[in-house]
Amino acid sequence: MEQPVLKVSGLETHFFTDDGEIPAVDSVDFHVNKGEVLGIVGESGSGKSVTSLSIMQLISAPGKVVGGEISYKGENLLSKSEKEMRKIRGNEIGMIFQEPMTSLNPVFKIGNQLVEGIRIHKKWNKKDSWAHAIKFLKLVGLPRAEELMNEYPHQLSGGMRQRVMIAMAMACEPDVLIADEPTTALDVTIQAQILELMKKLNDDTDTSIIMITHDLGVVAEMCDRIVVMYSGKIVEQGTTKEIFESPKHPYTIGLIESVPDVRTRKERLYSIPGNVPKPGSIKTGCHFAPRCKFAFDKCTEVTPELIDAGNGQMARCWLHEDKEKATLLERVES
Amino acid sequence: MQEALLEVKQLKKHFPIEGGVLKQQVGTVKAVDGVSFKLHKGETFGLVGESGCGKSTTGRMLMRLLEPSEGEVIFNGENILSLNKSKMRNLRKDIQMVFQDPFASLNPRHTVEKIIEEPLIVHGLGNKAERKKRVKELLDIVGLSPYHARRYPHQFSGGQRQRIGIARALAVNPKLIIADEPVSALDVSIQAQVLNLLEDLQKELGLTYLFIAHDLGVVRHISDRVGVMYLGRVVEMADSEKLYLEPKHPYTQALLSAVPVPDPEYGKDRVILSGDVPSPAKPPSGCPFHTRCPKAMDVCSTVVPEFREIEQGHYTACHLYEEDQV
Repeated sequence: MEQPVLKVSGLETHFFTDDGEIPAVDSVDFHVNKGEVLGIVGESGSGKSVTSLSIMQLISAPGKVVGGEISYKGENLLSKSEKEMRKIRGNEIGMIFQEPMTSLNPVFKIGNQLVEGIRIHKKWNKKDSWAHAIKFLKLVGLPRAEELMNEYPHQLSGGMRQRVMIAMAMACEPDVLIADEPTTALDVTIQAQILELMKKLNDDTDTSIIMITHDLGVVAEMCDRIVVMYSGKIVEQGTTKEIFESPKHPYTIGLIESVPDVRTRKERLYSIPGNVPKPGSIKTGCHFAPRCKFAFDKCTEVTPELIDAGNGQMARCWLHEDKEKATLLERVES
Repeated sequence: MQEALLEVKQLKKHFPIEGGVLKQQVGTVKAVDGVSFKLHKGETFGLVGESGCGKSTTGRMLMRLLEPSEGEVIFNGENILSLNKSKMRNLRKDIQMVFQDPFASLNPRHTVEKIIEEPLIVHGLGNKAERKKRVKELLDIVGLSPYHARRYPHQFSGGQRQRIGIARALAVNPKLIIADEPVSALDVSIQAQVLNLLEDLQKELGLTYLFIAHDLGVVRHISDRVGVMYLGRVVEMADSEKLYLEPKHPYTQALLSAVPVPDPEYGKDRVILSGDVPSPAKPPSGCPFHTRCPKAMDVCSTVVPEFREIEQGHYTACHLYEEDQV
């Protein structure tokens, strides 16, 4: 068994609003091994981005991490001071944000922004840092790297900016890279370039990647293992192959079925009825029960735990408590 | 031969670029540069392309929300570009639009009833009681409840708002609906609901759709025929099945291969395009795609390929297929 680089256990991030305390992330456990690509999938409001911000401790009021442990190389990040966190952020755990348009500072040149992080973390002189930055711009496949260092973000296209963001995140050679919807704002042909690049960096440098996305296609292509989140909780986890081959949670099944595929045309798309619940609106029972066609009495009464569903997959669904009930799911798939 | 409801001929939209102190024109952005297609009654025509390819501009010009620079739009045998304002307004009863952003396209200060009722008032349809009844009907058609009529847009989720937008478009019994990225702001599970709703409505009401989107999977699912746009031009057009199974234009091929497939076991040869879409202010000479095309030849950088039929109902603008013609 490999030693996980990053292990999140029992993470609870709550938002304290006028409407009361809202559990945006509710006892979430997962880990990433060295060199692994982990996908966190979920729809809007599922808590996937809040999870990543909690790891980086970038949650600001009214949100607060109220429980759990985030262990990075054996140390609990939650007990670190802000000063210690600053040394870890960017240096040991890098992050790529969703919007390349707003994540770069428009009034500073690309070079200044890249070099800043390198100088702070690596404590190198200006010249070495500059050369290092150019090396990474080249690594992410940007042409004219030397010239780009002296340009402003508005002179670059969306795809190029996202490459700069990746170069910036990789320049300090972090052990873990958190990518929050890194390609959502980009066109498919540019997305393909960026995903290819991330795969290559993962192979070459053995960096672990946590890929947060709502796009099942991206996950299938990139990730080794998947965590599916719904309404602040993990509802299923397993390897990519197993989850796509035989999903065990009714939500995962519905999600996979409702994606229109470019390869074939389905007569009619499967759709999950109802809407994604507001976090905290469901107090008892399984959060997916109101939209689930398999739901029975127990589902609305008792909140399920992650149950071993065979194949090494874990699913938060009462159906898997009983072998007979679990076969219901298989019938739907076929 | 099917009856054409709408025919677009050589439609162009050029935006001037002004510069200097005197605001002189220093260039043009050819947002849409010679687009032609037909919409048959009862079909769904999908228009796909990446950002900046001119697909939304095309949709807006069909409703004359943007005035085209050149070209013809023939709806029901009438060139709508020659209509005056009041006649055009009348015609909008037949062409309605569903917008992308369900958060920005509904007035936050109006109740749902007022939003859906407004097109009826504008077109002078029915008295107050009849309109109220119609609103209830429409809410029912799009899968909402009559009691939703008195609520405000912020009380609804994204998917529900898009249903309200669809109900508003349906209010005046249009023949054609232009849907500009109607599901791209929605979550996957909600997206499927809205797509199914659009399909059901088409069957029930005999609607014709122009479906503009960037998501190739969604377009394949809903469209009968598809046009692929690149830098203001349609580069390929065919029946949906044909286009997805045997794409001819190298851009279509690359676009299709770039879509991530939700199946980890699916191996494929991916064509990765280098570089970005060129700026429409400075389009490349010859074929606009030649700068990124893996199969570019010498002729591509000088001569603009003609958009022609290479197989029954399959059109493309690419020099690769011209020799076969001879």
